[in-house]
Amino acid sequence: MESHLPILLIALPLLAAPLCVLIGNRKVAYVVALTVSWCVFGMSIALIGAVSADGPLRYNIGDWAPPYGIEYVVDELSGFVMLFVSALGAIVLTYAPHSIDKEIPRSKHYLFYATYLLCLTGLLGMCVTGDLFNVFVFLEISSLSTYALISLGRSRRAPLAAFQYLILGSVGATFILIGIGLVYQMTGTLNMADIASRLPVDHGPRTVLVAFAFLTIGLFIKMAVFPVHTWLPNAYTYAPSVVTCFIAATATKVSVYALIRIVFSIFTREFAFEVLPLDTALMVMALVGIFAASTAAIYQDNVKRLLAYSSIAQIGYMLLGISMANQAGLTAGIVHMFNHALIKGGLFMVVGCFALRIGSVQLTDWRGAGRTMPWTSFAWAIGGLALIGVPLTAGFVSKWLLLTAAFDSHHWSVAVLMLLSSLLALVYVWRVVETLYFAEPSEKAKQAIEAPLGMLLPMYTVILATLVFGVWTVYSADFAARAASLLLGGTQ
Amino acid sequence: MSVEQVVGLYNYWIVIFLMMTGFYIVIARQNMIKSVIGLNIFQTSVFLLYITMGKVNGGTAPIIPPRLANGHGANGHGNLPEHGEHGEYVSQAEHVTAPVHEAVIETSEHAQSIAEEVLSPLGEIAQQADLSSQVDAIIYSNPMPSVLMLTAIVVGIATTSLALALIVRIREDYGTIEEDKILELDRDS
Repeated sequence: MESHLPILLIALPLLAAPLCVLIGNRKVAYVVALTVSWCVFGMSIALIGAVSADGPLRYNIGDWAPPYGIEYVVDELSGFVMLFVSALGAIVLTYAPHSIDKEIPRSKHYLFYATYLLCLTGLLGMCVTGDLFNVFVFLEISSLSTYALISLGRSRRAPLAAFQYLILGSVGATFILIGIGLVYQMTGTLNMADIASRLPVDHGPRTVLVAFAFLTIGLFIKMAVFPVHTWLPNAYTYAPSVVTCFIAATATKVSVYALIRIVFSIFTREFAFEVLPLDTALMVMALVGIFAASTAAIYQDNVKRLLAYSSIAQIGYMLLGISMANQAGLTAGIVHMFNHALIKGGLFMVVGCFALRIGSVQLTDWRGAGRTMPWTSFAWAIGGLALIGVPLTAGFVSKWLLLTAAFDSHHWSVAVLMLLSSLLALVYVWRVVETLYFAEPSEKAKQAIEAPLGMLLPMYTVILATLVFGVWTVYSADFAARAASLLLGGTQ
Repeated sequence: MSVEQVVGLYNYWIVIFLMMTGFYIVIARQNMIKSVIGLNIFQTSVFLLYITMGKVNGGTAPIIPPRLANGHGANGHGNLPEHGEHGEYVSQAEHVTAPVHEAVIETSEHAQSIAEEVLSPLGEIAQQADLSSQVDAIIYSNPMPSVLMLTAIVVGIATTSLALALIVRIREDYGTIEEDKILELDRDS
């Protein structure tokens, strides 16, 4: 049974999605989707347990030996990403019913659950597959379902945001497809391990350079790195709250994972950082992105948009860690994927609660809501502290590792800039806290009541997890450190 | 690069031309339908790129001729082409197929050794070995990129249909499919 878990992890949500459509009843569909997503989470835990006990798991689909068949690989890194993606997928779906009841017409609920499961399938598939073309297929499964989910938003701008994301996302995916094609042309194989052993990276022909460029640019678009981030603010703002929770917590991180996989496992660190100056490029883009997006976040009145810009900045921190390419930096990049998934997932859940009870995500309508919705407001305060990176929160762990990495590689200016950028985060988080607690209540906030328990519980699970993983790092930072040392060739 | 080489790479020039045309349309057009068409052209150019790289000089479609297949299926050999000096694609394809190919040679040697041992009428066995060498002599194109493109075409269809569905909804809400006009409407509201 255990030996078939990698494929079950993908097959179960993939098959449950059409089942939801066939059932066509929103309550039954919800039960199916919820059961499946928790099962998937359980399977991820079982897989990660097996990986930490016996090392990487390799599964040949249909028993076709690689490189002829498609191979699924669960190692420390992919298991780690898979674990938090499935965890957030399950928790967000538990949180969902009240929120989507208000934001999505009831007749479309079963379709929402089906699309949600498809999106989960795509994201998990990108994690476990060891086949480069399969990455493209799963990327498109998750992207297409994301476009559909975003377009479910109530505002008429939602379909427009989805369309703009679709155009940019498809261009990105096609870039990745071109890159994969050129890699195949050079190596004649699509299996990642096989490619890595055949790719002439030292002084390889120009085709390899071009392939690498297409792959990285394509992934940059999908993960919303600063200059190509334009799809993200609108998509996050106009999507239904639950959808924003899910994609903000998972989608961009899985693309970061794909980048790490391609740079470190396929093209090797020497090629990306010594033959090519990817480290400098990443560092510059990350820093400019952090400052530009954090500054933009300060001036937003729509809280969803504020958090969307903050997400772009946080992607910058992950890239900053990767760009340093040493043990601490890569660990920081990997663990920040996890920490940020918790923090941003939690904060968007808070936004969802306010959207439910106040009916708006404009900051002016949230004035004084701290009195009528104390629990939700308090969750924002904790999540906000974690976002800034205050000690005892998960955000601090990532920032501390990043600082260590910067000192290790003598990037003093980067360390200073990082601390400065945390001040920007402090400003935009504090603006909301001030509005919630110290402003005269708005009419809407006066009439609001506390969010239902069904939403508060999942929300606090995530928010408290940011505190737990700020202190207890055995399964976050320590695990990421092991994944990083494997990626760097087990030198440390 | 000589003129012959430039002309000989004509597939790639077409790919690049289509790619840039499609990409330009996606960037420059305000009309959403035109953007989608541009995206389609862009994706189609990639299909061509893959199919071009799968073609082996002088290669035929990777199907065993029925004449050989009938006598051949029984002995369970792989059906792989003989690779010679047929340009770079062959050498790559050889990478992939090499292990199986060796297996084929081994088996046919095996068949011959049996034939020698038994010293019985060699008829059938020799005929099979002959058939397999005939199959090996045919040059096949690499089917893999074309198969990959089937998947990519399906993805392209899904993308296009989703984009068109979104455009229908946008038109219902805004009454136009020109992006600049929609942005104007949003600014006014």
